[in-house]
Amino acid sequence: MAGIFNKLKEKLEKTRQGFVDKVESVFTGAHRIDEDLYEELEEVLIQSDIGVTTSFELVTLLRKSVKERKISDPLMLQEVLKEHINALLGEESPLYISPDSLSVYLVVGVNGVGKTTTIGKLAKNLQLQGKNVLLAAGDTFRAAAIEQLEIWGDRAGVEVIKQTEGADPAAVAYDALRAAKSRKVDILIVDTAGRLHNKVNLMKELSKIKKVIQREVPEAPHEVLLVLDATTGQNAIQQVKLFQEAADVTGIILTKLDGTAKGGVILGIQGEARVPVKLIGIGEGINDLKPFNPAEFANALFAESEEE
Amino acid sequence: MAMFEGLSEKLQATFKRLRGKGKLTEADVNEAMREVRVALLEADVNFKVVKDLISRIKERAVGQQVLESLTPGQQVVKIVHEEMINLMGGLESKIQIASKPPTVIMLVGLQGAGKTTHGAKLANLLKKQGKRPLLAACDIYRPAAIKQLEVLGEQIKVPVFSLGQISPVKIAADSLEHARKNGNDILIIDTAGRLHINEELMEELVSIREKVQPNEILLVVDAMTGQDAVNVAEAFHNQLGLDGVILSKLDGDTRGGAALSVKAVTGCPIKFSGVGEKIDALEVFHPDRMASRILGMGDVLTLIEKAQQNFDEKKARELEEKIRKQELTLEDFLDQIKQLRSMGPLSSVLEMMPGMGKQLKDVQIDENEFNRAEAIIYSMTPEERRKPLIIKDSRKKRIAKGSGTTIQDVGRLLKQYEQTKKLMKQLSGFPGVGGSGNKGGTKKGKKGKKSGPAKKSLFKLPFPF
Repeated sequence: MAGIFNKLKEKLEKTRQGFVDKVESVFTGAHRIDEDLYEELEEVLIQSDIGVTTSFELVTLLRKSVKERKISDPLMLQEVLKEHINALLGEESPLYISPDSLSVYLVVGVNGVGKTTTIGKLAKNLQLQGKNVLLAAGDTFRAAAIEQLEIWGDRAGVEVIKQTEGADPAAVAYDALRAAKSRKVDILIVDTAGRLHNKVNLMKELSKIKKVIQREVPEAPHEVLLVLDATTGQNAIQQVKLFQEAADVTGIILTKLDGTAKGGVILGIQGEARVPVKLIGIGEGINDLKPFNPAEFANALFAESEEE
Repeated sequence: MAMFEGLSEKLQATFKRLRGKGKLTEADVNEAMREVRVALLEADVNFKVVKDLISRIKERAVGQQVLESLTPGQQVVKIVHEEMINLMGGLESKIQIASKPPTVIMLVGLQGAGKTTHGAKLANLLKKQGKRPLLAACDIYRPAAIKQLEVLGEQIKVPVFSLGQISPVKIAADSLEHARKNGNDILIIDTAGRLHINEELMEELVSIREKVQPNEILLVVDAMTGQDAVNVAEAFHNQLGLDGVILSKLDGDTRGGAALSVKAVTGCPIKFSGVGEKIDALEVFHPDRMASRILGMGDVLTLIEKAQQNFDEKKARELEEKIRKQELTLEDFLDQIKQLRSMGPLSSVLEMMPGMGKQLKDVQIDENEFNRAEAIIYSMTPEERRKPLIIKDSRKKRIAKGSGTTIQDVGRLLKQYEQTKKLMKQLSGFPGVGGSGNKGGTKKGKKGKKSGPAKKSLFKLPFPF
């Protein structure tokens, strides 16, 4: 556990530096808790992509706590804010893996968020855990997307069920399910083409893929995973809402957290849409996909200097 | 999002009591600026950029006479809009063509921004303008990226230069040589996506730049990017010296505040925007339209242009007459559906409508609905189309059978038709839309002379859902 924590902390260093330094400077720079302090704090939260609504809510909660607990030291505010952020992030939510039968994951998201790459990493991770994994090349739209998944399949040592470019993705999913059942696979991961959430026809296609999966295995897909790019701004909330409508998203995979994006979008999402974050992508390596641990994440965000 | 849609309305409410009061005081403006600030932040405009913008707007707004023709709210929106256009660079800007070919264009950006796709889109656009582009595949890292570019190149019949997974600097240098030898007057270099904080990979871009001396280094930025857009743009600009920006995925429903942020920190113009998955979905970027979009004012100009291209003016005038007399029939309804659809995918048409965003926020736009509506109307007799009131149960049954739909579908269509009649009555009185009440709250006021009738009718289109 400590290992993961350190890696996460290291990877989140940039996020942390940006965010925590700013938050800390707000707290340490202030001599007393006043309107200016709250306003400054609000600004820092907004700059981290937490979103205006959620930022306002957090500050309101903070004000309430300050009043109730009669806090007067600005430095105390940090702990209280951490508490509220923790509460917002909720409990850890691991990927569902059926103990004795096939588990199907459907991976969805807008263009360019890293669906195929994430699937590659996930397949490798699961395989290392001793699972028998199969991939379905459901992105039949983007040029060379099938080849991209095949290369990841090779790297992970996992087979890929595919058709040709332009084929019906629901048919690919169907083939893959048949293959998964006959080969007694543990986990089938279905890739899909990137689609903007406001394209009704493409979202309907997604619903159809899901229905086809459901028809073959009634309790599947066990997870519908929405891949979100951490650099995305407030539109992420809209993405979550519309993908949820079309395909009942069960979890979020937040990618590209190794950049300078603050990751605040997670809070914005939890504040408005309530879908658990299950995994985070913190690098390009095949091992850089980690379970999202809310407490760890909040701690790493607010890690104090004495821990270092 | 909801906050945003209502900016104009909110400002108008804030200023309601001010009407005819004389000058805008600092207190009045401050109140309005709070709304503007939230709106811009919700649109993902960077926090610091918002701060600067607000202070400039404030300076201009305080002390202004409250005009008779505009409400104070509209007046402030106008100032906000103008300042945003100023910030975004006013005019459209084009690719600089080298005096001695080939013109070298290098695409850079984060992973997943859309560099490969936009390289192909740009090549396609330039090819249509009579150029002979060559694409160079320098993304050696992402699996199948080279293949992707090759497939796209084949689709648009543009040659792709690739040397497999060797040094991108060498590929770039060799591609330039290849372009010279083969008479390609444009060379577009696709590079791998990279984080702006990855020193090694940023260094690689600098090496490519030094080797091929591009005329244009374009940063591809995802329109959905949040506050971090400034860090990314700043880092790429500082290390490479950007010449422009391509804003991708603008066909989503994001407000696209990143556009403003990127322009503000780099000073580089946004030259193109990606507006769809198809290879020809690349447009010259219009700063004024983007300002409207960020402000939730709708892309009026694009809509007017589209309408002018596709709208049959005579029919439009006839329709207007009918609406006034409330004689709209199902035949007109059918005509309207056809005309509306000729303007492009309905979703993109609606997106551009000012004030429509909110009303239609939760409405699913299903193009199939229109197919069904057309089929239903085609299955009616001329008499039924003209007098829908005579359609009772047995006629409904026949129409449903004839059109391959259900009685419920027919019933729904008739209901929609009734609603449309009502909606159109409201729309003809919609402030700032087609009417003459609003004299400049939006850009269309200025261009109004040229496009009067078509535009006027346009906003009276029925929306059958």
